[in-house]
Amino acid sequence: MDAVIENLPAILDAFWLTIKLTAISAVISLILGIVLVAMRVSPLPVLRAVGTAYVNGVRNSPLTLIMLFSGLGLGTVMSLKFSDDLSVQDFWLAIIALSLYHASFVCEALRSGINTVPMGQAEAARAIGLTFMQNLRLIILPQALRAVIAPLGSILIALTKNTTVAAAIGVGETALLMKNLFELEGDSVIPIFIGFAIGFLILTLPTGLFFGWLAKRLAVVR
Amino acid sequence: MSAVSTAQRRKSAPARQASVLYDAPGPIARRRNVVLTVVFSLILLGVAYFVVVNMGEKGQLAPEKWKPFTDPSTWTTFILPGMVNTLSAAGVAAVLALVFGAVFGIARLSDHAWIRLPAGAVVEFFRAVPLLHLMFFAQYGASAVLGITVLSFQAVVFGLVLYNGSVLAEIVRAGIRSVPRGQSEAAFGIGLRKSQVMRMILLPQAVTAMMPAIVSQLVVLLKDTALGTIIAYPELVTSGVRELDANFGNLIPAAIVVAILFIIINMALSYLATWFEKRSRRSRKSSAATLGPALAPPAPGMQEQQMTDRTEK
Repeated sequence: MDAVIENLPAILDAFWLTIKLTAISAVISLILGIVLVAMRVSPLPVLRAVGTAYVNGVRNSPLTLIMLFSGLGLGTVMSLKFSDDLSVQDFWLAIIALSLYHASFVCEALRSGINTVPMGQAEAARAIGLTFMQNLRLIILPQALRAVIAPLGSILIALTKNTTVAAAIGVGETALLMKNLFELEGDSVIPIFIGFAIGFLILTLPTGLFFGWLAKRLAVVR
Repeated sequence: MSAVSTAQRRKSAPARQASVLYDAPGPIARRRNVVLTVVFSLILLGVAYFVVVNMGEKGQLAPEKWKPFTDPSTWTTFILPGMVNTLSAAGVAAVLALVFGAVFGIARLSDHAWIRLPAGAVVEFFRAVPLLHLMFFAQYGASAVLGITVLSFQAVVFGLVLYNGSVLAEIVRAGIRSVPRGQSEAAFGIGLRKSQVMRMILLPQAVTAMMPAIVSQLVVLLKDTALGTIIAYPELVTSGVRELDANFGNLIPAAIVVAILFIIINMALSYLATWFEKRSRRSRKSSAATLGPALAPPAPGMQEQQMTDRTEK
């Protein structure tokens, strides 16, 4: 236990980084996911095809590969520059990978939400002359979003845990820190592991409970 | 009945496509759609052009970066061995995770609290801890505590089994619970014992219902083997991307090729999941509602109702 308490500031720093990665990627992937789902149900075959190809491609590739592609491919080979500070640079490259990856899951969740909206809603919207974008924006998406709060919560929790994959491009988050602590304090491996596990329980349990409560509260009564 | 499925059903008439979200286009809308299609195509082509030009400037389109892929020795020394390692880790982990999932899923439904509660704690714990932490723990923990060296293969399998096994345990539990109560009541009524009810009545029906969810969890498992590259397991991402890049300096082409390989394997598996789903919906052998492939169990702490939610809307 001493090993955990001694290194508490470093551990809290790493978890703070996890929270930042999660929060920023969650916002970007939600926006990107809404754009993707609009593309996937749009009247234009070009946009539908591009949206479908993106979702199928990204959803079936490992996050580790996307992370390396972003970190080494965009960062090193294509020299995409966010900052001269290496840790800030890697942080944003990790956010690109996490957002691109989870956007496809958000898109699929929203699409299944659109499936729960009764036909009559969209038909009534068309009958009063709403265009496709108005229909989507005012009638369909608000109801779809409320139907998929719980799956979106699951995606957020998965995202929280997936931030550890940023270790692949050397972002100093919890997994790398835990490995370093294992190497430094070889005799207290189990307390350190349990400490990190509790950290993740503290992050994910309230998220789960909150989204469960939110889903019930916002459920569309039909 | 749903908005999207109608759109898909009417795909047979592509020229005048309608969906719940938009009417069949009339002359004005058709003209507008043509204009919008041209505009968006130009935007997308512009993006593609920008990407291609930039890749060209960095020399990633040069023939010598792609040439290694036409050489059989690249495949036999880098990509195929990596593929074999990925598939063997995924295969071993899948079998063990299914066993783990079956045991803990049934244990969580036990009538005895001293079995049910510890099993529940184990499942919820391993579902909350990131996979990478489990793999690092396997590598360092065993050598520090037990004094044995753990191969990177074993560490990868350890993490995959505990995490995916826990998710599978939830799927098994949901599958068994989705069998209508009347089935087990009738079985008890004709005098079967608890273990007989589980073995002869509940499990056979639950397996049919769980199949799509299980297969899509196996896709997740296969993708997660790529984490092995972080703990130096020579799987497909390590050998097909990192080592290839070290030899030929062609990171982006290599990443694209490896991604395509993963996409082909996973889409084949996903196709299997939808096929299973269709088949089990058609068959009347099981009275349980099919758990859809997208219906992963909710995260720890989340409400239960999502899971038994029927996929047929």
